[in-house]
Amino acid sequence: MRCFIGIDLGSTTTKAVVMDENQTVLGRGITNSRSNYDTAAAVSKQEALVDTRLTLFRRSLEAVPGTADVAEAVLADLERNFRHIQFVEQLEDLERTCIGNVKGPRFAGREKPVIEALAETFRRLREHSATQFAPGFRRKSDFFRDLAGGDFMHNGEAVCREAGLAFDLILNIYDKSIIKVENRPPAGDIEGKFVRALEMESLDQSLIAAPVKSALSIPLEETYVVGTGYGRVRLPFPKEHIRSEILCHGLGAHIMYPGTRTVLDIGGQDTKGIQVDPAGIVENFQMNDRCAAGCGRYLGYIADEMNMGLQELGPLAMQSTKQVRINSTCTVFAGAELRDRLALGEKREDILAGLHRAIILRAMSILSRAGGVKDQFTFTGGVAKNEAAVRELRKLIKENYGDVQININPDSIYTGALGGAAFAVRAVLN
Amino acid sequence: MSEIVKEPSMLLQKEMIARNYEAITSKHETGRKVSSTFVPGNLNELLLCFDIVNNLPEINAIQNGMRKLSGNYIMDAEKAGHSEDVCTYVKADIGMMGAGNIAPNGKPFPKPDVLLLSYTGCYTFMKWFELLREEYKCPTLMLHVPYEGDGHSTKNMRDYIVKQLKEVIIPGLEEVSGIKFDIDRLREALRNSAKAEDNLVWVLESGKHKPSPIDAYFGGVYYIGPIFTAFRGTRDAIAYYDALRKEVQARIETRQGPITPDGSNFNDQRYRLIVEGPPNWTNFREFWKMFSDEGAVVVASSYTKVGGMYDLGFRHDADNPLETLADYCLGCYTNRNLPTRVDILAKYIEEYEADGLLINSIKSCNSFSAGQLMIMNEVERRTGKPGAFIETDLVDPRYFSAANVKNRLESYFQMIEQKRLGTAKAA
Repeated sequence: MRCFIGIDLGSTTTKAVVMDENQTVLGRGITNSRSNYDTAAAVSKQEALVDTRLTLFRRSLEAVPGTADVAEAVLADLERNFRHIQFVEQLEDLERTCIGNVKGPRFAGREKPVIEALAETFRRLREHSATQFAPGFRRKSDFFRDLAGGDFMHNGEAVCREAGLAFDLILNIYDKSIIKVENRPPAGDIEGKFVRALEMESLDQSLIAAPVKSALSIPLEETYVVGTGYGRVRLPFPKEHIRSEILCHGLGAHIMYPGTRTVLDIGGQDTKGIQVDPAGIVENFQMNDRCAAGCGRYLGYIADEMNMGLQELGPLAMQSTKQVRINSTCTVFAGAELRDRLALGEKREDILAGLHRAIILRAMSILSRAGGVKDQFTFTGGVAKNEAAVRELRKLIKENYGDVQININPDSIYTGALGGAAFAVRAVLN
Repeated sequence: MSEIVKEPSMLLQKEMIARNYEAITSKHETGRKVSSTFVPGNLNELLLCFDIVNNLPEINAIQNGMRKLSGNYIMDAEKAGHSEDVCTYVKADIGMMGAGNIAPNGKPFPKPDVLLLSYTGCYTFMKWFELLREEYKCPTLMLHVPYEGDGHSTKNMRDYIVKQLKEVIIPGLEEVSGIKFDIDRLREALRNSAKAEDNLVWVLESGKHKPSPIDAYFGGVYYIGPIFTAFRGTRDAIAYYDALRKEVQARIETRQGPITPDGSNFNDQRYRLIVEGPPNWTNFREFWKMFSDEGAVVVASSYTKVGGMYDLGFRHDADNPLETLADYCLGCYTNRNLPTRVDILAKYIEEYEADGLLINSIKSCNSFSAGQLMIMNEVERRTGKPGAFIETDLVDPRYFSAANVKNRLESYFQMIEQKRLGTAKAA
């Protein structure tokens, strides 16, 4: 089948969306942008294609009498197994890379015990991997680095202790190797891995093998790819395949909510206020100037300052009972205000609520410069997932523009890639 | 990046400017007097009557910006106490003085003999000369030009300027130069100006052709060089604009566009733009390339009118020498109010069949930048053509964020493209 792909190479995350020619979303994929956009683009596309296969399995299973009821459970198992196979494959790559790095004067005469310690560590990692991908296990992250890293620290230290080796030795090798492995997209052959995942399954093969294999036999033809985001120039296709994020977010928001007239996108480096017409065509936009104050990265910085995870900021800010006024959206000054407020004994949640308000106030200024907020208003980008930012936005929109319909899609982070995919469809079909 | 490719007229101008710097820096040998004055509303024809050489601090700042020297000069001025938000032309000038006051020809600038301030809408100019007066302790002649707050000038305004010319400026210049004012000499210079102005207007209006044989912004800043600086009123300027006209005429005949920064002919012109606001000088070529790489040609700009709005019909008039100087000062772009600027830009969009208006808002220039977003919205409303807003600076390299500017420009060009495709195809 013909597939149309949009890839949004953002500063923090890279997203991909696969569409069919009817502009139906088949799959979505996301990865961290790292320092390597080529890999990020390849990984996000691969992830979106994996997701596309799952969509096709779902359709296939739902069409067969008797499997519809178990479809979701089968899909969950299949995906877990697939991820497990992929994880083990990457572990093997990491092990080979680590062993290849055991060289140089630092290891002179100690190569053998170090290699043995690594082999034993990876054996334990592989063994434990089954638990990490077992049903019901809550993984803290889906990124290979996070999953493998935590386990390596834990098991490697124990193995070294038992072998009388300094942990530093293998930790140093790991640090060098993980960067290389992370910057290599996982090996392809998605279909082969799904077949193996299917075979690992304990479900009734006679019932599901045929529909799954039939869905797997559908060729996924990459008909047209459109790239957007800061890394777009890295994409290995011609200039006509590149669209600005502004157009992609405008069109993506229109596809999600056809009534959209104003879009706010707060990404890692930019905040954009965009006006679109009834067809999703951008009419006007304004964005932050050279200073990225108040963008997504601001929250990352605050999270680092607070020694918290980025995802924890919103929920903590939601617990605030009192608004602490933070005047600065400048990343550096906000850090100073944060320290000052903490020193004055203000509660963290109240300070965080103030910081979220500061971001949204800045966004409101950009929106007003772009011509104000019109009904309907759609909030896109990574920050749209942050409930505290959303709460402040709702308040300020109401105060300034009255009862405007505010749309926030759970898949808002994919808006740019969605617009890109829609441009890909139009490039071929129009 | 490779060496910038220059058109023949650019090389001609380069030689003229070098000659003027030589005249300024050799004043002690030649005994000629030097004035410092500003571009908008300058009185070059009058200075010629007194054999006074014309030095323009803004042009020096531009030269230093393009030669990548302004960044350090600005930092030096800030060390001396000038705020980050002050006009960077001023700080580049102050910094240059502190660093030996070296002209582009490698010789030190001499002290000016007179500061001639024609006040046409920029408050900073006044403060700038205050600083220079403190430094050089030389006479300052101020010509106060009333702001066209209602969008037009009156007889009173003109009379007021003529009175100042008669009572303050001309006697002052006589005293500085030791030369008696000769009105016939002024008439001769004004006749020369008008001839050059005719050809300049012809060149700037050639942007109406498709493809446009000129870039009226990046190329335009070269086209206005002689007329807005030390050459208006001279035979050199007439010769320059004759040559320029022939160069552009040849391109029109062969349906060629101007030369891009890469040296190719810019024939594949996909977007025709009107640009408001000065360019960025520190990253001038990089900035220009962002346009030419995307096929965006500027067919008209307001910046090429800062020193005089000749395309609206004004010509220096030898029959009314002092009155014409007054009219010139009153009518330059910076002295016009916001509604007039809107009218001018909307008119350009229609007459030059442009795809839209792009505003380059200058961070450190409140005089030019105030109200620009309002201007954009109003021009959009009137013409139905999309506008866009970018922000850079004159000569402060810290204010030029290439990724941000490129992102906005590419988005704007694609937005124009998408609008062209129309609602039916996009839906």
